[in-house]
Amino acid sequence: MEDVKPQLLKVTIDGIEVEVEPGTTILQAARKIGPEVAPPAMCYYQPLKGSGGKCRACLVRVAAGSGKDPRPMPKLVASCITPVQDGMIVENNTSPQVIDARNGVVEFLLLNHPLDCPVCDQAGECDLQNFAFDHGRAETRYEEDRRTFDKHDIGPYVQLHMTRCILCYRCVYTADQITNKRVHGVLGRGDAAEISTYIGKAIDNDFSGNVIDVCPVGALTDKTYRFKNRVWFTQPVDAHRDCPTCSGNVILWYRGEEVIRVTARKNEWNEVTEFICNTCRFEKKKTSDWTIEGPTKISRSSVISANKYRADTIKPSFGQRLAAAEYKPIHDERDTSQLQIQQLPPERFAKVLPSAMEPEP
Amino acid sequence: MATKILTEHINVPGIETFDVYRKQGGYTAVEKALKTMTPEAIVEEVKKAGVRGRGGAGFPMGMKWSFLAKPEGVPRYLVCNADESEPGTFKDHYLMKNIPHLLIEGMIISSFALGANKSFIYVRGELMYVIHILEKAIAEATAKGFLGKNILGSGYDLELVVQPGGGAYICGEETALLESLEGKRGNPRNKPPFPAVKGLYQCPTVVNNVESIATTAWIVNNGGDAYAAIGIGRSTGTKLISASGHINKPGVYEIELGVPVEDFIYADEWCGGIRPGHKFKALVAGGSSVPILPANLALTLANGEKRLMSYESLSEGGFQTGTMLGSGGFIVFDETSCIVRNTWNFSRFYHHESCGQCSPCREGTGWMEKVLHRIEYGHGHRHDIDLLVDVARKIEGNTICPLGDAAAWPVASAIRHFRDEFEWHITNPQEATQPGAVYRGEMALV
Repeated sequence: MEDVKPQLLKVTIDGIEVEVEPGTTILQAARKIGPEVAPPAMCYYQPLKGSGGKCRACLVRVAAGSGKDPRPMPKLVASCITPVQDGMIVENNTSPQVIDARNGVVEFLLLNHPLDCPVCDQAGECDLQNFAFDHGRAETRYEEDRRTFDKHDIGPYVQLHMTRCILCYRCVYTADQITNKRVHGVLGRGDAAEISTYIGKAIDNDFSGNVIDVCPVGALTDKTYRFKNRVWFTQPVDAHRDCPTCSGNVILWYRGEEVIRVTARKNEWNEVTEFICNTCRFEKKKTSDWTIEGPTKISRSSVISANKYRADTIKPSFGQRLAAAEYKPIHDERDTSQLQIQQLPPERFAKVLPSAMEPEP
Repeated sequence: MATKILTEHINVPGIETFDVYRKQGGYTAVEKALKTMTPEAIVEEVKKAGVRGRGGAGFPMGMKWSFLAKPEGVPRYLVCNADESEPGTFKDHYLMKNIPHLLIEGMIISSFALGANKSFIYVRGELMYVIHILEKAIAEATAKGFLGKNILGSGYDLELVVQPGGGAYICGEETALLESLEGKRGNPRNKPPFPAVKGLYQCPTVVNNVESIATTAWIVNNGGDAYAAIGIGRSTGTKLISASGHINKPGVYEIELGVPVEDFIYADEWCGGIRPGHKFKALVAGGSSVPILPANLALTLANGEKRLMSYESLSEGGFQTGTMLGSGGFIVFDETSCIVRNTWNFSRFYHHESCGQCSPCREGTGWMEKVLHRIEYGHGHRHDIDLLVDVARKIEGNTICPLGDAAAWPVASAIRHFRDEFEWHITNPQEATQPGAVYRGEMALV
């Protein structure tokens, strides 16, 4: 019997058309095109069922609902939970309204999130840091007292620093979906809401360490690794072992000869594809425990890849994009010939800022 | 004499009991519906009536019913949203307390029309005495054969459950209500899927307001066309208005939609005018979440015509010069009211009640409250006003549920119409922070 393939739906995102299967969300369709049009996601995590829709970082404008009903949607929609329709036209980076809303989301997320990147263990791997770099601004308009929380010991392996939490709920979904008994969740309401354990309980199960990997900020960190090193000074290496509990596929983070951290492997969207057990993560820190596969491919534009780019590594583009966006040509019409100032030819700029030389519309 | 659909018998002594309610013609609509009508015919009558949801959003009730998915072998549910907790709105409470059988009759008819065999009335937990009243009424109706198995021999079964809520405002949002009803934390769900497709326990569900459901008895008895003949334009029928503030006769009034706002405020039949010696300054027409209007815009449209108590007329002019009918929480302010303090107070409420799921609402409501608090207490800066407008703009429309809008609209509208008052607070902190100090500058008092 011949397989009947589902009819593919055509969706256009930022002018680029892509065909996807029914049930695909706008964000997944955008990711299929590539990182240029993929909206940022702080709470959505593809391997976790039900995640998404909370942070509002991935808001997009639907300029045409579908081919049959080409009316635009009245409000911006969260792309991670909105399924595509055939003929849908989506504006992501091309919509000033979307960019404005995202700037707002960054500002909201940073109201109570401390900017302690210099001492935060997540620095260099922080989704919020990247999101803020792309959409935030240097100064804040917030003058009020920040929200802070008392320290709360939740077990031997995981450190909860609630003050940094942006309430993405990823850790709650992780614990719900991959552990037998979730003992932590969200308490309180509004900006007083906090991740906490049930009456001071410790998080104690074989897969508890995965909440560290899914945390987009530095709220949940590895007690065996904290303050040991900055991530960009480490050397990530893919490795595996024959583990009876999990797949045993991990990344070993070396400092010199020493394994200082073990994490699960992540895909290009910084999402763990195979969750690992606590034994692999916290107890196997000798090279002899592992079969080394080779250097980890750092495919995201990350500071981890600083000074160790490989030929196939995608280099960060946001710095160039920011410089290009903020580039202002100087119209100095003075006669400088007598000042003996060397005039730089325009091609010199073109090498550094390719888009800066584009004529203004 | 204006038509009364919901409150005609409300003052009859003992109307809260089954026997008295029955003597006044109660439950005849259930008999008519179950014995002579099909569920489709009832839905058709509700559609003809054009009744719009009375909880605040104003979505056509018949259309909502027709969206209900009807998969085979899956139960359907009707949930009555009685989690009324919008500041300034207290009409459902009044209805349930005084004439509980009207709601129960409406629940039976609506459940039959939707094919639901188990329905819920989700009541705000603080109203425990109302819950007792409803439970007593349900027991009476069950004893008389109007609830339970094989109602009136029609073969239709219905179990009606009263569920107390935990007392969170957000649980009045329909999907948060369903989460709460399922025993979970009352967080709004992402939509789609809408409750009509996946609602309570992932089954097709309709969530309607108390007042909306209570109208169905009259619609079945008198026909959808008769209901549609009352009111004005697409605002058909009557509406319960809970009037409060600086008026002579606060209370709950049933009006035919289309009454001029001016008449509603000044006529003896309703609010009886502004309290003696004072002037009308501002109006919140539909509960604290709708935009506030200054007196002149509350009474007249931009073209000079009288503004009416209807969905269309109140929203005429968009949010620049209009507002919303909302839930009918009608709050009148005279010139002794400080708009800044009032806005801060509303903002404080929404900050407290935000569920905290989505970042614009969780962080933005608190930010607005803190800035307003600063302005009210004499520590505001000039740029704070524009900051508030911008923050409100960035919350509005970007949140999972309408609580973000509800928090943003009062702030944005207060600044739009009473900017001078905010500026006065900032530039005259010494004066503004005196007890009872109110801005007395130029403004349209009526």
